[in-house]
Amino acid sequence: MKIHVEKRLEPSRSAAVLIPVFSVVVALILGGILLALVGANPIETYKAMLVGAFGSRYAISETLVKAVPLMLTGLGVSIAFRMLFWNIGGEGQLAMGGFLTAGFALFVAPKLLTAMEPMIGALNGAGLDFLAIALPRTVLLTGVIAAGFVGGAMWGLVPALLKAYIGVNEIIVTLMMNYIAILWVEYLFYGPWKDPQGYGFPGTAEISELAWLPRFTGTRVNLGLIIAVVAAFLLWVVLNRTKWGYEIRVIGENPDAARYAGINRVRNIVLVMILSGGLCGLAGMTEVAGISHRLQKGLTVGYGYTAIIVAWLAKLNPWAVLVVAFLLAGLLVGGDQIQITMGLPASVALVLQGIILFLVLGGDILTKYRIVIDRPTDPTLSGAESNS
Amino acid sequence: MDSMMLVAILAVAIRAGTSLVFATIGEIYTERSGILNLGIEGIMLMSAMTGFAVAYHSNSAWAGVAAAMVMGALLALIHAFLTITLRADQVVSGLALTIFAGGLASFMGQRLGPNGGPLVGMVGPRFEKLAIPFLADLPLVGRPLFQQDALVYLMYILVPVSAFYLYHTRQGLHMRAVGENPHTADAKGISVGGTRYFYTMAGGALVGLGAAHLSLAYTPGWTENLTGGRGWIAIALVIFAMWDPWRAVLGALLFGAINAIQFRLQAMGTTIPAAFLGMLPYIFTIVVLVAITWFESARKRVGAPAALGIPYVREERH
Repeated sequence: MKIHVEKRLEPSRSAAVLIPVFSVVVALILGGILLALVGANPIETYKAMLVGAFGSRYAISETLVKAVPLMLTGLGVSIAFRMLFWNIGGEGQLAMGGFLTAGFALFVAPKLLTAMEPMIGALNGAGLDFLAIALPRTVLLTGVIAAGFVGGAMWGLVPALLKAYIGVNEIIVTLMMNYIAILWVEYLFYGPWKDPQGYGFPGTAEISELAWLPRFTGTRVNLGLIIAVVAAFLLWVVLNRTKWGYEIRVIGENPDAARYAGINRVRNIVLVMILSGGLCGLAGMTEVAGISHRLQKGLTVGYGYTAIIVAWLAKLNPWAVLVVAFLLAGLLVGGDQIQITMGLPASVALVLQGIILFLVLGGDILTKYRIVIDRPTDPTLSGAESNS
Repeated sequence: MDSMMLVAILAVAIRAGTSLVFATIGEIYTERSGILNLGIEGIMLMSAMTGFAVAYHSNSAWAGVAAAMVMGALLALIHAFLTITLRADQVVSGLALTIFAGGLASFMGQRLGPNGGPLVGMVGPRFEKLAIPFLADLPLVGRPLFQQDALVYLMYILVPVSAFYLYHTRQGLHMRAVGENPHTADAKGISVGGTRYFYTMAGGALVGLGAAHLSLAYTPGWTENLTGGRGWIAIALVIFAMWDPWRAVLGALLFGAINAIQFRLQAMGTTIPAAFLGMLPYIFTIVVLVAITWFESARKRVGAPAALGIPYVREERH
């Protein structure tokens, strides 16, 4: 008897569902062994993580707070991965989105507000009070969202142009640009943009309240969540209902066919990376305008890297990205919780993420291939088969 | 710049570049056999942590080196199993390895210190500089080349040996055959899977050795994110080196020199902010990569092994 693998004609649907579930279970068992090795009680630890992430209204809202940047960066990198452009630069694009958001809110917004004063006065005079309140908010919110998108997009554009025109390896370029962006943002909030009244705290001054993303009452969850859901919807429409989305999918699934069909590779790389970087930039925007209200230390905590796991576990499907981002955010919040309550390193969450991804990757062979056990062939049997 | 300063920069460039030489040659071996391992940043972090932890507890720097190499090979084995046996995507598997091993290094670094506490800030054994008699007294190049630590001398031996192995031995030929044309290699009776397993793990061990130089000689001790992206720079250097060990040394020295100049400028109290100096190696990587890609594609010469990144399945012909 011999075992070999055989390619399936159609990917297995049951395997596609069972493997992620199985992977999470096995990852928890392996993570449990690791926890036991360092002298922690795995069951207690997991319970604390679960309660910390999903155990109360507050916990769930904090998980959503972490989920939003993961959703946006996850959507961003997944659109690039669709055409096999390996954008590992989500972290840097997020940082640059945060940088332009803060730059706009700190330096452009006050000038805009001054410029709008006569108009606001006129509106008030005409008895249109609600417009007088809505106008500056709308202008500033549009401004920060645009700034965040542009910041990330310009950082995504560099590797796109280098790849499209010269063929430079995008993995290395996007990665190196992460380090550059992080150093740049640190330079700003430790240096020229540092809040003079901040008592040495590494961060800029607080941005105008009019540029804050509105929050859901009583939580830190903000407009960013809605932006992420809308982005997922738009991405789904682009991928499944437009010619552009079709081209992206063809480039990713069969580059040769794309070339023969005359699909413009350069244009697609550039456009996709503007979108991909822009979405990652929006994640930085939600952090600055929605959560911290300033550019500060702790903007880059690895969302851009976790986004790769999110995108891959979600099989690059925009709706699935939202769900996976929420679950992985739970893992991160749970990790923070056990650090606070049990003194265990929060990096256990990273280890679990890595193991889950390994198992899903390894398990993929079962969706694409079937395992066949060869039996010694019986001539009469094989003859009968060929007759039927 | 006077000659004294050049000599000082060369000395630091060699020290700063040693970990990169080991890691780059390791990755060259792996890629020459047809496997792209993007997990080496994670391997370096985990190996650097393991190497320091073992050296700290055993009080032997060499035991630390051995542990770092074993750890490198074991982590590379995960990548080999996923990509060779299970035919997983090599890019994603490598990234997963970096996230996993980076997280594990951070986690274990909090637990492997004295009494189950953190390892950060501990002082352990390290490789001290040893001057080689006579050679260290040579004018100009004597001190930078021959007043270094033992792992630097190991690098001097490794580079010619690995170049010889790659180009002038039967095993080296098999490795290259598997990376260029696995079907032909298979037909000749070379085990494609076995060869790839071997060089992925050997490459991982060399990456671990490079990491050991970081945590046991260059910047002794363990801190979070000790490698600062050196694993990724090594991957860029493989392209710069066109998969050749000699050119890998050249690239690693250039990077070491950038590091040396960065520190020198800082020490001289320059007005350039530290953050901009810190960006230099990363900007330089991009510039070099662009230049090399431009130059090589203009000459229509692509040095990458033809089967790099493609899983080998005997029944499926490409």
